[in-house]
Amino acid sequence: MTDATATPASSDVSGSLLSEDQRTRRRNRAERRFQIYGLTAIGIAVAALLALVASILINGLSSFQQTFITIDVPLPVETLDSDGDGQLDRVTTFTIKPLLEQAFIARVDELGVRPEGMSDGDIGAMISGEAPATFLDFVRNNPDRIGDSAEFRILANGRIDGYLKGGFLKPQRVTMESAERDANVTPDQLRLTDALVEQGVVAKQFNWGFITAPDASENRPEAAGLGVAIIGSLYMMIVVLVLALPIGVAASIYLEEFAPKNWFTDLIEVNISNLAAVPSIVYGILGLAIFINFAGLPQSSPLVGGLVLTLMTLPTIIIATRASLKSVPPSIRDAALGVGASKMQTVFHHVLPLAAPGILTGTIIGLAQALGETAPLLLIGMVAFVRDYPDLGLDGFTDPATALPVQVYNFTQRADPAFVERASGAIITLLVFLLLMNALAIFLRRRFERRW
Amino acid sequence: MPVLYLVLIVLALGVVGFFLARGRSLASAGGDARNLHSLPFYYGSNAFILATVPALLLMILWLILQPILINGAVSNTLPDDAIRDGSTRSLVMSDVRRVADGLDVAVERGAMTEAEARDIRSEFTNVRDRLAEVGVALGSNVDRPTLNAAQRYRALSSRYDTVMTVLVLALALGGAALSYAQSQKDFRARNTVEATVRILLILASTIAILTTIGIVLSLLFETMNFFRDYPWQDFFLSGSWAPNFRGNSDLGVLPLLWGTLYISLIALLVAVPVGLFAAVYLSEYAGPRLRSVAKPAIEILAGIPTIVYGLFALVTVGPLIRDAILTVQDATGWWPNFGPSSSSVMTAGLVMGIMLIPFVSSLSDDIINAVPQAMRDGSLGLGATHSETIRQVIIPAALPGIVGAVLLAASRAIGETMIVVLGAGAAAAQFGAEPGEFLNPFEAMTTVTVKIVSQLTGDTDFNSPETLVAFALGLTLFVMTLGLNVFALYIVRRYREQYE
Repeated sequence: MTDATATPASSDVSGSLLSEDQRTRRRNRAERRFQIYGLTAIGIAVAALLALVASILINGLSSFQQTFITIDVPLPVETLDSDGDGQLDRVTTFTIKPLLEQAFIARVDELGVRPEGMSDGDIGAMISGEAPATFLDFVRNNPDRIGDSAEFRILANGRIDGYLKGGFLKPQRVTMESAERDANVTPDQLRLTDALVEQGVVAKQFNWGFITAPDASENRPEAAGLGVAIIGSLYMMIVVLVLALPIGVAASIYLEEFAPKNWFTDLIEVNISNLAAVPSIVYGILGLAIFINFAGLPQSSPLVGGLVLTLMTLPTIIIATRASLKSVPPSIRDAALGVGASKMQTVFHHVLPLAAPGILTGTIIGLAQALGETAPLLLIGMVAFVRDYPDLGLDGFTDPATALPVQVYNFTQRADPAFVERASGAIITLLVFLLLMNALAIFLRRRFERRW
Repeated sequence: MPVLYLVLIVLALGVVGFFLARGRSLASAGGDARNLHSLPFYYGSNAFILATVPALLLMILWLILQPILINGAVSNTLPDDAIRDGSTRSLVMSDVRRVADGLDVAVERGAMTEAEARDIRSEFTNVRDRLAEVGVALGSNVDRPTLNAAQRYRALSSRYDTVMTVLVLALALGGAALSYAQSQKDFRARNTVEATVRILLILASTIAILTTIGIVLSLLFETMNFFRDYPWQDFFLSGSWAPNFRGNSDLGVLPLLWGTLYISLIALLVAVPVGLFAAVYLSEYAGPRLRSVAKPAIEILAGIPTIVYGLFALVTVGPLIRDAILTVQDATGWWPNFGPSSSSVMTAGLVMGIMLIPFVSSLSDDIINAVPQAMRDGSLGLGATHSETIRQVIIPAALPGIVGAVLLAASRAIGETMIVVLGAGAAAAQFGAEPGEFLNPFEAMTTVTVKIVSQLTGDTDFNSPETLVAFALGLTLFVMTLGLNVFALYIVRRYREQYE
């Protein structure tokens, strides 16, 4: 405003309107600068988004592939069924492990690719520690194959996997140089891997285990999967949906349609707007103190996680539902009341169905938020290392489980760098779920939302 | 889980009652719904409500009270000599509960029969070993009073469970029977049902109040426990944070507060200019093409879970900053204090700033759009350029709202957890060590939220001050964010009317 009112004595007032004077030029330069600032800001935001997504994809996509060793494994009767009664009760992973190792060593020697001076132990160590357990399951399920041999896909050790992964923008996790210094892998093993890749014995294949298998111990990153976490997250979402949707809708209906204007309603309103801004970790403390310590519900269970997330999601759902109830025009209510419906019938028969798409959209967005929430779940014990799938029935809600975002956190707390890949892969899985939920919300909004 | 089956049975009773009452009311009207006071649906609903609601309410109440009552009863029968030196009654009781739970698990897995669990004697059996076999780990050997108390605990709970089941089912059946008797054609079923539904709606909306009360009580209660063991002056005024497993810890909040505020400050220095300029450009300059790309992109940033930002900080931003600094160090020999750690105030602050960009920009967007068009037109009409209008008319007019948005963003930053857990490190700021070191933004520094997580997920005993301090930290955090929010909303509301 000062620029517009003060006319500096020095300014060239006799100039033509068609040619810019100095002051106009300066002001126009300032204008362009301002626009550049704005564009830069948008550029920074978009670049940050791209960098974030690129970093996750580059680090994580490889976790959906895993290195497998494909060999024929003989299933000798004398080892697997030493007492000859057809029962496999005496077979343990300790009896299985040498079988796999010997079969692998035999295959290496058959191909004649053993690097000079490499010991049997080093070759056997290329097999993942998880492989005997998988193989044991296979034998137990196929007892008729005993005495025969079976072609089997064996997980390779995490270091071998790290050697074969890498490439676009992402350095190899394990190289010849790092193997010199690493106690868990030798350069010979990597040389043998190169030879076996050429022969097609060792290859990277799509890794279903990453999505379905449970978590694995610190030394076996190659076997770690998201199965328990996905089930746990799913159970929590069911709890949130079953509790938060009805309670949120009921609360919104009362506040929007029935509540008189008094101190009690005001108190509820203030509470809801404040709860929406309470840090999520405080909800974790609430869950720990009330649900676990006071009510005695089981730790790390999807039930408690779901309850905590329900309380967190309620404000979101209430705010969305109220906006969508508000957008139903009063003429609808007047018409229903006019033909003799009670207030309750008006709301439940006419207003609520018309507001349903908006409520659904808000609920899905609230669920998506809850799905990505980590901090409160850490406090109610979901960081625990859980290898058993929760029960698939009702009992599963009280069995220990973990959740997808918490699994990401768990992976980041481990020393082996292979877990960085796993964490990023888990995030890709999480983001795919979030993307699907948000796409569903957008679809519902586009398809069903009415404008009056 | 018998409680869940009980709920299902009660619900099934409600459904049966629904159809019976509906049929009876219709029959009483001679099969013609027009003779009824209400629609048949309402007679059925009345039955459903009467059968389920009182029964389920009783069950909830019972489940809340039962542990408290049993605890009291068992605790009173514990002889005084069962409480060893250095222990308290509540500690022994938690042992008792753990043993009782362990016996439950053992029976469930078939490792013990019900009779064994009831009569097992600590004189003849090593209970700890027996329970360890089924995967229940106990901290110490089970002595006789504890075991006896645990067995009493189990007996009482199973008796109470039976009583509860019987009472709940009786109540459900009684409600169904009452509604069946009520279902005559002159009964005002709709009014009854609607009154009940209204009460249920009110109950649902009080959950918000209950949650707040729950948060405040759980924080206050344990914080008081903490201050009983640890002087509050030391907590609020001590400049040192050094928890120790064996007790004698320094638990001063100031280093954590400093870390929190420092990281939040850097986050705001990133988020406020970027978010504000982005909002201004998008609402005042951008054409529809740019807006249709940039706006969703910024909104996507808001939908990404914070753990993703945390991993981004840990895996990408942290090492990037570290390498950049190491390069500078190598080239110039400058910056001698920087360690090889990739978690630092700067890492967490930058990434948190990115997270806050959409928050600031969408709030500012709303506020800028609320400035009346007449003010823009007036300024442009007087010959001001677009940017002059924005800087000298729109921003001053929207300033209170923008300040409110910044305060809300600050409250977000203070309460943010996962980014700082993964990006900022676990070492508390050291005030005394070297002058100015706590100002170095490339140093790892921990925050209030990080310590809440680490103290509550650690292995320390729950009743030790090292664990309870998390509740005091939580209360500090809650009060700070609440204060900021209330203040921000007050500013926004107070200045909003100005241009309406």
